[in-house]
Amino acid sequence: MNPAPANEPPPLRVEGVTLAYGDYVVMRDITFSVARSEIVVIMGGSGCGKSTLLKHLIGLRQPAVGTISYEGKDYFHIPDEERDKLLRRFGVLFQGGALFSSRTLSENVAMPMREHTDMSEAEIAETVAYKLALVGLRGFENYYPAEISGGMKKRAGLARALALDPDYLFFDEPSAGLDPVSSRRLDDLILHLRDSLRTSIIVVTHELSSIFAIADRAIYLDAISRRMLADAPPSELLARPPDPCIREFLTRAGSERLHGVNS
Amino acid sequence: MQWPEELPDILELRVDASGVTHWDSRLCVFLLKLGEGGTERRLSFDPTSLPRELCELYQLATAVPEKTDARRPEAKGQFLEAVGHYTLSWHDLLITTLEFSGETVRAFCRLFTGAGRLRKNDFLAVLQSCGPEALGIVALISVLVGMIIAFLGSVVLTRFGAEHYVSYLVGYGMLRELGALMVAIIMAGRTGAAFAAEIATMKANEEIDALKVNGICPYEFLVLPRLLALVLMFPLLTVCGNILGLISGGVVSYLLMDVSSAQFIAGLTKAVGFGDLGLGLVKSGIFGILVGWSGCLRGMQAGNTAADVGLATTSAVVTGITANALVDWIANLL
Repeated sequence: MNPAPANEPPPLRVEGVTLAYGDYVVMRDITFSVARSEIVVIMGGSGCGKSTLLKHLIGLRQPAVGTISYEGKDYFHIPDEERDKLLRRFGVLFQGGALFSSRTLSENVAMPMREHTDMSEAEIAETVAYKLALVGLRGFENYYPAEISGGMKKRAGLARALALDPDYLFFDEPSAGLDPVSSRRLDDLILHLRDSLRTSIIVVTHELSSIFAIADRAIYLDAISRRMLADAPPSELLARPPDPCIREFLTRAGSERLHGVNS
Repeated sequence: MQWPEELPDILELRVDASGVTHWDSRLCVFLLKLGEGGTERRLSFDPTSLPRELCELYQLATAVPEKTDARRPEAKGQFLEAVGHYTLSWHDLLITTLEFSGETVRAFCRLFTGAGRLRKNDFLAVLQSCGPEALGIVALISVLVGMIIAFLGSVVLTRFGAEHYVSYLVGYGMLRELGALMVAIIMAGRTGAAFAAEIATMKANEEIDALKVNGICPYEFLVLPRLLALVLMFPLLTVCGNILGLISGGVVSYLLMDVSSAQFIAGLTKAVGFGDLGLGLVKSGIFGILVGWSGCLRGMQAGNTAADVGLATTSAVVTGITANALVDWIANLL
């Protein structure tokens, strides 16, 4: 990794954050940071609050306690214009793709460019074709989201997230619903983005093969204790799990118990 | 399943299922109940003596312990509690309504100061769907309303021999009141409902979130073009409705009361003027704002499920029509 200069604040810092819906606390006291050109995976069992944490990171929900800061500035306490500028450097892939259903794929991908840049229509069209080609959707420019499969929607959503060459990329369950080949290609693409564009990438997933393939560091959220139990490279977590549930998670140990019965 | 009151000298439960070759979920349910009941009574139950497949099913069902804090407290059905919840839900509704209205006004201000912008293509598409495409139904209803007013006139006025006053009735009714109100009611059911359903579906599909994280204000992007289109189209639709209503009223007057077109038009010019037309059009513009506001508001307030989309649509129509009727009533008081 490329360590940041000592005085520079980390691109993303989450400090003492508690996630809650009203009185219901989902997760307490989360602290971690993400460096430039680093892939951090947020993992944990279903319903532990991974996607909720992601919603907080991208500013859709405000944490009950704690701060989320980008480049040293608290996201929820910066002026609107500064926040708008920051948002332009975000790329988010939502769980279901979240494509605008009344627009074609190319219009979807073009939208961030039309909104935030002064690129000409010809430039936009070329860039859109390139972004769609990156995710393996060349030729689908004029399809509407309703006309393509779930996995394709997801890939088109990724093309839109990449539209402005973001500095921060957020993925919510990127490989869910993708076939193994597309999933593998997506992992390659994520690694490539980290290395070529020095993007800070946060991935919410519980896909083990992806975690081991791409994560520089993995954060484990535990639904039972409602705390973050680990923040380390996945290989280290596997070698020296700080908690038995992490070993169980990373090795699928839960299933051994069942197959050991009566045999 | 019934447990005996006393269980003397029993330490262990054992099920002999060695002869069982086929089973369905009822056996598994029985075994689970047996295991749970046994645990409560401190009796050990060893499932490994069951046939292997059955044992695996039993262990699958018991592998993950119950999340004790996941159960919701059962609704007690207490009256005061229900009133409290209801009041709090109104409070939330009020907050989101104020937030929506504030954000919409802010988006308008940004537009007029040049900081925001109107997406031309989106605006034209909305304009098309709530203007020309709505004209057919507005025309049909306005023709019928004009005829109904003339029918009423024929029933009431002929008793007094005042047939030629029918043009007063039709003119006043259409221009000042019913022209604008009928457009508002039709459009609340047609376009207001469509706005609510569309925005609520976008919300359920995370499209609104996607707009926000792309740095696009959903109010500027979705609400502004819809409101502006309705404010522009309502008066135009009302003018069309007025003309058609007057014509159909005139035809019915001629057919039922022998009021000639010349008499009808002469009556009209005496009865109503541009002031009445203007009043109707101003009201119509306000109705346009109300229909657009309630449609977009209910869409933005919707939850994330299919049922919520239905609720949003219903409440958009109800809110739109109620707001229009109230404003019309207040306008008549003034």
